[in-house]
Amino acid sequence: MATRLKPVDAVLVGFGWTAAIIAQELTDAGLQVLALERGSFRDTDPDFSPAQIQDELRYAVRKATFQEPDRETLTFRNSGNETALPMRQLGSFLPGVGVGGAGVHWNGQNWRFLPTDFSMRSHCEQRYGKKFLSDDMTIQDWPLSYDDLEPYYDKWEYLCGISGKAGNLNGAIQEGGNPFEGPRKREFPLPPLKRSASTVKFDEAAKSIGLHPFPCPAGNASAPYTNPLGAKLGQCTYCGYCEWFGCGNYSKASPQTTILPVLLRKDNFSYKTNAYVTRVNLDSTGKKATGVTYIDAQGREFEQPAELVVLCAYSLHNVHLLLVSKIGTPYDPATNTGAVGKNYAYQMSANVDVFFDEIVNPFMGAGALGQVVDDFNGDNFDHGPHGFIGGAYISMWQTGGRPILQHYVPEGTPKWGGGFKKALKENYLRSASMQIHGGVMSYKQNHLDLDPTYRDIYGNPLMRMTFDFQKNDLDMEKYVTERAVEIAKAVKGNRGYNVRPRTGHYGIVDYQTTHNTGGAIIGDSPSNSAINRYCQSWDVSNVFVMGASAYPQNPGYNPTGTVGALTYWAADAIKSRYLKNPGALV
Amino acid sequence: MRRDLLRLVAATAMTLTTASVFAGDYAELELGRYLVQAGDCQSCHTDANGAPFAGARAIPTPFGIIYSRNITPDTATGIGGWSDEDFYRALHEGISRDGSHLYPAFPYPWYTRLSRVDVAAIKSYLDTVTPVRQIIPPNKLNWPLNWRSLVAVWNKLFFDEGEFHANADKSPEWNRGAYLVEGAGHCSACHSPKNILGAVKKHDAFEGGEGENWLAPDLTGRALDGVSEWSADDITAFLMTGVNSRTRATGPMAEVVELSTSHLNADDAKAIAAYLKDLPNGASTAAKETAGTATGNSHGRDLYADNCTACHMEKGTGQPGIFPPLKGSAVAQSPDPATAIHLVLSGSHAASTPSNPNRFGMPPFAGKFSDDDVAALLTYVRSAWGNRAGAVSDSQVDSVRKAVATNK
Repeated sequence: MATRLKPVDAVLVGFGWTAAIIAQELTDAGLQVLALERGSFRDTDPDFSPAQIQDELRYAVRKATFQEPDRETLTFRNSGNETALPMRQLGSFLPGVGVGGAGVHWNGQNWRFLPTDFSMRSHCEQRYGKKFLSDDMTIQDWPLSYDDLEPYYDKWEYLCGISGKAGNLNGAIQEGGNPFEGPRKREFPLPPLKRSASTVKFDEAAKSIGLHPFPCPAGNASAPYTNPLGAKLGQCTYCGYCEWFGCGNYSKASPQTTILPVLLRKDNFSYKTNAYVTRVNLDSTGKKATGVTYIDAQGREFEQPAELVVLCAYSLHNVHLLLVSKIGTPYDPATNTGAVGKNYAYQMSANVDVFFDEIVNPFMGAGALGQVVDDFNGDNFDHGPHGFIGGAYISMWQTGGRPILQHYVPEGTPKWGGGFKKALKENYLRSASMQIHGGVMSYKQNHLDLDPTYRDIYGNPLMRMTFDFQKNDLDMEKYVTERAVEIAKAVKGNRGYNVRPRTGHYGIVDYQTTHNTGGAIIGDSPSNSAINRYCQSWDVSNVFVMGASAYPQNPGYNPTGTVGALTYWAADAIKSRYLKNPGALV
Repeated sequence: MRRDLLRLVAATAMTLTTASVFAGDYAELELGRYLVQAGDCQSCHTDANGAPFAGARAIPTPFGIIYSRNITPDTATGIGGWSDEDFYRALHEGISRDGSHLYPAFPYPWYTRLSRVDVAAIKSYLDTVTPVRQIIPPNKLNWPLNWRSLVAVWNKLFFDEGEFHANADKSPEWNRGAYLVEGAGHCSACHSPKNILGAVKKHDAFEGGEGENWLAPDLTGRALDGVSEWSADDITAFLMTGVNSRTRATGPMAEVVELSTSHLNADDAKAIAAYLKDLPNGASTAAKETAGTATGNSHGRDLYADNCTACHMEKGTGQPGIFPPLKGSAVAQSPDPATAIHLVLSGSHAASTPSNPNRFGMPPFAGKFSDDDVAALLTYVRSAWGNRAGAVSDSQVDSVRKAVATNK
């Protein structure tokens, strides 16, 4: 029997990036806010202390900061005619667990989507004709535009102290930035990170074949920074331990560095850790949430009443919670009706490793230290001759040179023994890898629902992921990978390159990206989406859903920048409109 | 004479500034709250994870452990039944309601300087906090100090009872600073050397002290390890925000900044700075300058490069407002390196204040560095970039390591 707790104004499921933003904004509005986090509390000191964080075996190989699949997982299959089986080890994607969520272990590669990414279906149909898109493709326009979101992108970037160079200031293209980006109102808060040798070589090569390289906007502070809340970041030291690690130097933007110092001082905010939310509770009408039920570390069940419920968990968990709480209609791929679980999408990632004749010191890296070309992303090029839509950026990263997982040897090198050691010695200091980071469209057959067989330790059905790469996206990735090879060939002093393409079926074994999107998508009508343009459930108006589960399809960018902007957009609507007159905002 | 009298009146008015801003009961409560913060009462009178002001925090002293009293208005275990006069006597004379002597771990040698109006306001405020029934464990003091009556002798020797009297030769600001520093703030309780009976050595007041394996730096005009080169603005910023261009509050001072000085109004923080800047130079234990020992200490230099440069930077400059500089640092160059050793071994947290909310952490290296490593590292830091303090020995590190482990 659940113990009923004292009501709060707003309860947040999860305590990562989106919860930290919502909590900061709603406590500013005077609400009593409680965040429930399934993992433990973590902070820079002592958890990410530079005295111990550079432990690749513990964090990258043994995955110390991620969801533990022996506690929580999902089932997976490539297509609807297969039987899904539980994912018993993490591989393809690595959801974070604990305070700060994946905001602790991200690289800091921070992007805005292109203006046309927000109108992907109408834009592509208009430019290439309706028949250009395959029948099974279920992509749809966002119910808001790039211009709507621009002030919130700005707010997010200044929160994080993003290091970068504007490519488009109020419509004027800027030398050194991304000429394809949407117009931004002002420069980045910090200048770009220092260049590494590999990115300088990439820059020269890309320019020599007429492309437009620029530094990736980075959530790694290039200089000491104080954000508008008063939280401070220290200068990045290029230690090379960003992705999958917490930052010990207060240099990577995370909830811990940018919001928590301010939020945790507030009397009207509280959080509970090791609190696993199993359900959003609804009243007898099914139209209003009364709060949530959670289970603590000792297995005790609690009911936490709240006026407002905000789902701030990882995208997959948000969708799972909607499904088990029976909020909205589950998606049916046979009829293409229902919304919850619809348009699950992912990311396409291939690599081209480049071997240089000169030393490039790969160990001096930062998570978002990279030079990028966006010439083949989104609709930045004419897709007419190619028969696919969407695209990818091509980046030369120098994220680090960790001893176990971050080194490159030429194709044909033995996997172990003397030959491997010799090749490693010759190439460790003289190699770097390019990434072809592409979008994935949405399709009827790719979706999320509840598994009919497998259950979690709380008795809830596991979520079932049905997903495979489709022809459009494989064609796109192949095309852009070929363009990356052209850059590799143009690198001066290159001793060769390896192409590691992305082909065939999607598999959950090899790490690709933790960019799982969709399932609770944003739209202009309850018939095509789970949430309205303010991230409010169409079905239960006091439930809001944050995060990348809102994306109707996945553009060719890392999702976090848009997650931040969309959260600020939703928070603004909650504060300025919903709190004054609770109810449906659309 | 007339001029002096005027200045005295002005000084007294300044002393009572906080009272005159407000009127009525609310005013008295606000004044009380302000003074309770200025006096940092909560720090000793609240146990870790305990209810505010319910006491029972173990206060380690050289003579054993004293448990702080419950000062919530609970009638059975707190000060709920105390009259204003009882409370005034406790603060003014160090005598409890039942007539017994309080141990001078309770800073009545400073609180005796508080005005009657201010003491009454403090009592009014404490009457409003949530009453908590909390029985205080018996003190664990060594013989013969477990005899409370001996405190009467101690008082005769060292206790100078009496309210603050303004110095008519000084400005109202100076007098306000003196009132706060010598009274509620009880700064010299930590920042002074103590005699064998734990009393402040009056002639050496503010010349730095030691407690719980931390050094409280010299506040008089000493260059290397003191704050003489700090401007009044440096001091004001440090008190109000926990950080200035020279350092960041760590160790016990981080708690003092968080709970106490960051709540001061700007005028009071400036007044404290003005008073401290006017302290006479203490010359008796001037830090010894040593020739650089950085050269030849490659082990220390390498450890510094690998473990410290990320925050404190290659040239010891730190990052402004974020990570403190070690170049020119008072803590780094203290004649007694105890605090620096303690910091390296145990790490520390910075103060979190409204304008500087990050609770930046120095990580602990006790599990990573041997005594030899810490000695080499600190010897390097104390002599690099123009720093001029002596070498640190393995045995100094060993003794701090043991002391810190014992006090945990």
